Amino acid sequence: MTRLASFLIIGLLIFGCGTLSAAETNLLNVSYDPTRELYQDFNEAFTKHWQAKTGQEFSIRQSHGGSGKQARSVIDGIEADVVTLALAYDIDAISQRGLIAKDWQTRLPDNSAPYTSTIVFLVRKGNPKGIKDWDDLIKPDIKVETPNPKTSGGARWNYLAAWGYALRQPGGNETSARDFVAALYRNVPVLDSGARGSTITFVQRGIGDVLVSWENEAFLALNELGPDKLDIVAPSVSIVAEPSVAVVDSVVDRRGTRAVAEAYLQYLYSPEGQEIAAKHYYRPRLPEVKANYADRFPAIALFTVDEVFGGWAKAQITHFAEGGVFDSIYAGPQ
Amino acid sequence: MSSANIVLSVPQRPRIVSTGAALRWTLIAVALGVIGLLIAMPLASVFAEAFRQGADAYFGALGDPMAIAAMKLTLIVAAIAVPLNLVFGVVGAWAIAKFEFRGKSFLIALIDLPFSVSPVVSGLVFVLLFGMQGWFGPFLIEHGVQIIFAVPGLVLATIFVTFPFVARELIPLMQQQGTQEEEAAVALGASGWQIFRRVTLPNIKWALLYGVLLCNARAMGEFGAVSVVSGHIRGATNTIPLHVEILYNEYNFVAAFAVASLLALLALLTLAAKAVLDWRLSVSPKPGERKT
Repeated sequence: MTRLASFLIIGLLIFGCGTLSAAETNLLNVSYDPTRELYQDFNEAFTKHWQAKTGQEFSIRQSHGGSGKQARSVIDGIEADVVTLALAYDIDAISQRGLIAKDWQTRLPDNSAPYTSTIVFLVRKGNPKGIKDWDDLIKPDIKVETPNPKTSGGARWNYLAAWGYALRQPGGNETSARDFVAALYRNVPVLDSGARGSTITFVQRGIGDVLVSWENEAFLALNELGPDKLDIVAPSVSIVAEPSVAVVDSVVDRRGTRAVAEAYLQYLYSPEGQEIAAKHYYRPRLPEVKANYADRFPAIALFTVDEVFGGWAKAQITHFAEGGVFDSIYAGPQ
Repeated sequence: MSSANIVLSVPQRPRIVSTGAALRWTLIAVALGVIGLLIAMPLASVFAEAFRQGADAYFGALGDPMAIAAMKLTLIVAAIAVPLNLVFGVVGAWAIAKFEFRGKSFLIALIDLPFSVSPVVSGLVFVLLFGMQGWFGPFLIEHGVQIIFAVPGLVLATIFVTFPFVARELIPLMQQQGTQEEEAAVALGASGWQIFRRVTLPNIKWALLYGVLLCNARAMGEFGAVSVVSGHIRGATNTIPLHVEILYNEYNFVAAFAVASLLALLALLTLAAKAVLDWRLSVSPKPGERKT
């Protein structure tokens, strides 16, 4: 017994010392679900770039999850130097707690969104249910897979894209849009908490006829899991999804990492950063990179959240806040 | 055997035994079927998936730096949480079994609390206490102390969830053993520490190991509470169960199941050790029969 106790204590000390000495210069990027592969590549490129430029040794750590949940973690005190989330509102939420300066969206070009994406459909190979556009999703025998807009940024883009489509139909107005979206969510059997969970549910567990998804996530699923199983369908109309990025001021000032954190986000706008984004099926901003990858992205009539919803802050309050439109149309699984 | 006489003396007995046997075999078959379907098959499928691309892919996945970081972290968390729970468990069980005091049933209820609380709630409790919006969060951040989304938070959540295992194992045994031996030791002039080390501890050592074993298995396998306080920073706050989820979500199925197979192995080892301890417990000396 005494031997066991002393063994445990010695083990404890060894492990304890191990963790203490592990401290090194690092950056933490708290991001949303579908960017895992993008930032794996980008971090490698940026680490090389930064070491060549400054000779500084450092590493970048990643955390991924549903965008809203990740914002919540930052608010609760995870030491994120930068956040790269699915939409501006989640960064606004952090900013409201005073951790990020109010003017964050104007500190970087293009609304602080270095790449964009849009919302498309992923269907089973050969499109057995003949899904071509948004109005096919509300047919009674269709099961739609989309995550929970309360926790997932991608899900909120999905929702707004459907709403915008309905508004643009002949005779479309707020009431018809609301009915359309309500009908769509009646066809949703499972609400996962994040975009990736939703993709896995659709692809691995084989639930649902159509996955409403980020374009980049749809392409990734197609490549990872076999083009022989899935097809991408581009709807006639969709939304420009602008995943935003920001430096978390309170954290970088406390940790003294502002210079490298700012350089990290700026590098997303560089030709190399844009190239990596395009490679991972995000639509790049730089015209020359865009031209190189033009054939990769289907042409879709796109609208922005500002045009149709008057900005994220307003869309959030109307649709997704407690007691908002989503709460009134979604009563749980049917 | 004396039961043979009884069987002979009661004429109806053999018929009852024969229908009993049919029933017994049906029950055994059903139990085995359910165990096979719900436990053995999933367990086998973990290993089958893990080795689907051969041993190289399997060991490659285990040798990945992120996987190694997760294993290291899991060991660190267990190495802190389990010894602390061992001490708490022994102290708590000793107090409850050997002494009478006010609020004893309240203390027992408190020890049992983590069993009845959902692990998610256990995790959120620590976010509410130590998160930046929580009670102590702003003070801690100001002084550069990171509790949640760091190793201390993982340790706290694990301690909370595994708290009852040791105490729950010890309390019934110690109550059953009573206090006579300790009283005899006091009468012979032993000090408190001597009594504990030479009388109480030898009596409970197998049950104690058993509790530690279960405590450790849960500490290494815990997902819910740890997931809430982790922040999922790869290479920093991902324990093995969390790492399995991440790999799975990255379409990295072979690696996910390879790492999951470690947890399955841990379960099998725990089971084997448990069988040995069960046997030791059944042959361990009853109070008063113990040789010195």
